[in-house]
Amino acid sequence: MQNTAECVVIGGGVVGSAIAYGLAKRGVKPVVLDEGDNAIRSSRVNFGLVWLHSKGDGMPAYGFWTRRSADIWQQFSDELKDETGVSTHYVKSGGLNYCLSEAEFETRSETIRRMREQAEKDPYEARIIDRAELMQLMPRAQLGYEVLGASYGPHDGTCSPLFLLHALHAGLKKHGADYRPNSPALTVKPVAGRFEVHTASGVISTPKVVLAAGHGNMPLEKSLGFDVEIIAERGQILVSERVAPMGILPANGVRQTAEGTLLIGTTNEEVGYDVSTTPKASAAMVQRAVRVFPAIAGVRIVRTWAGLRTLTKDECPVYEESERYPGAFIATCHSGVTLAAVHANDLAAAIHQGKLGPDIEPFHGRRLI
Amino acid sequence: MNAEMSTNLITVYVEGKPLAVHAHDSAAGAALKAGLGYTRTSPVTGEKRAPYCMMGVCFECLMVIDGIPSRQACMVRVREGMRIERQTTVGGVEVWP
Amino acid sequence: MNRTYDFLVIGAGPAGMAAAATAAKLGVATLLLDEQPDPGGQIYRGIESRGQAGVEKPGVSQADSARGLRLTQEFRASSAAYQAATQVWQLEAGGKVYVTNGERASCISARRVLLATGAMERPVPLPGWTLPGVMTVGAAQILYKTSQWLPPEATWIAGSGPLLWLYAAQVIEAGGPIAGILDTTPKSNYAHALRYTAGALRNRAYLDRGMALQKMVRKAGVRIVKDVSAVEAKGDEHVSVVRYHAGGHWREETVAMLMLHQGVVPNAHATRSLGAKHRWDALQRSFAPEVDVWGNLSVEGYAAAGDCAGIVGAEASAVQGKLAALEAARAIGVITQEQRDVEAAPLRAELTKHLPVRPFLDQLFAPRASLLVPRDDVLVCRCESITARQLRDAVGLGAMGPNQVKAFTRCGMGPCQGRLCGLAAAEVIAAARGVGMAETGVFNVRPPLKPVSLGELAGLEV
Repeated sequence: MQNTAECVVIGGGVVGSAIAYGLAKRGVKPVVLDEGDNAIRSSRVNFGLVWLHSKGDGMPAYGFWTRRSADIWQQFSDELKDETGVSTHYVKSGGLNYCLSEAEFETRSETIRRMREQAEKDPYEARIIDRAELMQLMPRAQLGYEVLGASYGPHDGTCSPLFLLHALHAGLKKHGADYRPNSPALTVKPVAGRFEVHTASGVISTPKVVLAAGHGNMPLEKSLGFDVEIIAERGQILVSERVAPMGILPANGVRQTAEGTLLIGTTNEEVGYDVSTTPKASAAMVQRAVRVFPAIAGVRIVRTWAGLRTLTKDECPVYEESERYPGAFIATCHSGVTLAAVHANDLAAAIHQGKLGPDIEPFHGRRLI
Repeated sequence: MNAEMSTNLITVYVEGKPLAVHAHDSAAGAALKAGLGYTRTSPVTGEKRAPYCMMGVCFECLMVIDGIPSRQACMVRVREGMRIERQTTVGGVEVWP
Repeated sequence: MNRTYDFLVIGAGPAGMAAAATAAKLGVATLLLDEQPDPGGQIYRGIESRGQAGVEKPGVSQADSARGLRLTQEFRASSAAYQAATQVWQLEAGGKVYVTNGERASCISARRVLLATGAMERPVPLPGWTLPGVMTVGAAQILYKTSQWLPPEATWIAGSGPLLWLYAAQVIEAGGPIAGILDTTPKSNYAHALRYTAGALRNRAYLDRGMALQKMVRKAGVRIVKDVSAVEAKGDEHVSVVRYHAGGHWREETVAMLMLHQGVVPNAHATRSLGAKHRWDALQRSFAPEVDVWGNLSVEGYAAAGDCAGIVGAEASAVQGKLAALEAARAIGVITQEQRDVEAAPLRAELTKHLPVRPFLDQLFAPRASLLVPRDDVLVCRCESITARQLRDAVGLGAMGPNQVKAFTRCGMGPCQGRLCGLAAAEVIAAARGVGMAETGVFNVRPPLKPVSLGELAGLEV
């Protein structure tokens, strides 16, 4: 096996794969180190939202970064389809956040107003709509009586996170990246301006290394001069049998996939690395979904999932180049699906050039210290 | 049908047609006896499918029973008057009436 | 309505019924849950209605039926509670078992839980196996047991294993037709099984019975084709032809029905969902949970008995169920460890009447290797219509095992949740990677174990 590489990307999930794909398209032949069949893979437990709506409250740069990704997602998806034949099922449909009481309606309105005021230019263009407008947007849907309205984000959309990863891996192969499953990086050592990446099957020497392994960054980052704390937050998702197209817009609690299954979610639980699903959480999520669409009560759930979000303290991404060890980069975020387009383009280009520019600078981890 | 069992017959409606079946039959068994051939179409491809395992493993016998879709017909015991119908909705069960 | 018991047994086959009756007799508050409307499991399916109606005639299944009826009667006579037509959909640490019954979901808590979920037929995808008119031998036998259903003329059976011969004999005995049997048992299996002869001879009755059944089928004039190396079902909307390869030639027969069988494997969906440790059993070519001599799983408070913990047959299953019940009674504090061991001694002796023959049978009826890796166009996942080719393509991208392959292809994501295709998909992936099954692994099992409606879930009291 080759023991030198132009670049090593540590992590083969949606974040690492998108960056590696972007690098590979730019002529780099990265080695991508991944875990195996049972990796804690956030893309496998993902609602598939490509979502602006509530991103970046308190950090407008995150709003603009997300908007940039949403703007180029269609092109990114088309390109993956052309190159690999795998569709990500991306649709920019607009997205909703339902309000089921006056209190929810007021809180939601306040959030939208506040986020709009934080930036000079509003990246979201989200607005509050009432029940009548909801019914116009979804003429076939039978809304529960408690649905008073929603916030509506016109740039929101959905994809299949599973097929996104499939397409990225197919893209990696097509562009000659060296994908190595079952080969997690054990340690990374800076040595004379280069990096030695140690795996169970040998050492790879490289001038450039990208840490994009989600929770797996934690044991590796200190030796490269990074200090980014990642918090594991459990999210649970329920998946139903296939249902005939319902003509509903995606929302963060219920949506229909291209295959027809309903996704119902999700929880925010700090329970360490426990990825079990709980009937208690299932019941709570389902109760809310059924309040939105009472007619789905007869639909059957076939699978429940739990996964771990990779959250930073302010829940916004961190991108950095190591000050002590230039050539070492870190990328961590919990919105790897939404940001996949911008990771494969803007971020990959910046890493390729060896300089994280002004768009990316605000995401430096020093803000969290 | 065996003579000893004929005392224990009930009537079900398979695709609307009455059929006398043994009281211990499953709905899938009744569909088979009715000569239904296929009992559902694949929601993915539309291909015709029929019960395969008869013990709740394969889910090929999903049928509409007494108006309720996606029931494992091999696991449902017949009742007098039960309506047993093929599940042929393309793309999945209908939610809106 | 949520309830609490000392001992909860899941599955009313031989292991579950024996366990529940044994525990209840020792004074343990016991509940037996089962998915079927009547007790008996698959082996003793419909045993009470057959017995009571006097339908069972002397013949090939008489001894089995008598044993099953006795076991069922002992269970019915015990103080164990029994809840039929109940689907278990989630098992949680600490003995919390979530069920649906009559469209209501509830939670049952128990200090000890025994999984006795039995066996299922090995999934072996072949061209055309999704056509109507193709079903498993086990499925046909269930129809025979529940309502004496006999197959149409021009029914062919293809495969290998004791159940295949038993079913053919039952049909013949009942005056039904079996046109032919395509026996896929490789010739070499006979030679390989010889090394286990000593064990087989200790349980001679199993061999005698097997030979008697084969003789009976042959005598009835059923066409038997030996050493069949490939089978395909053909037809437009219903199977009409079986095509097979034997003796260096492809041949075809017109069929009205085709029944398939390649032995049975543990129905380990429930034990896997718990996250209990499992092992690859090379001789039985299947995954089974790791258990100690009492059936205890690696998850505290949970145990497994009978075929779901490794194929042992109905009689040994019942004995294992009794052993697990003794252990549960000890753990709960109803009997001492000494009492448990005294009671267990004759049961362990009884196991030696049934277990030594197993390696011989496992080897003799080991599935033909080439049948386990279907060609590219064969559907492996019936629910999502995923072909062997799609699985191989995912492996080509670097997917190492069933869970990443599932994420890339949707194989195993339909309503059967990978129960049926799981082992078959793993075989395809293992062969494509050129590694063993133990390294390849299987799908992680996600709750719910059976689909549960949103309305049922919403009504759950937790």
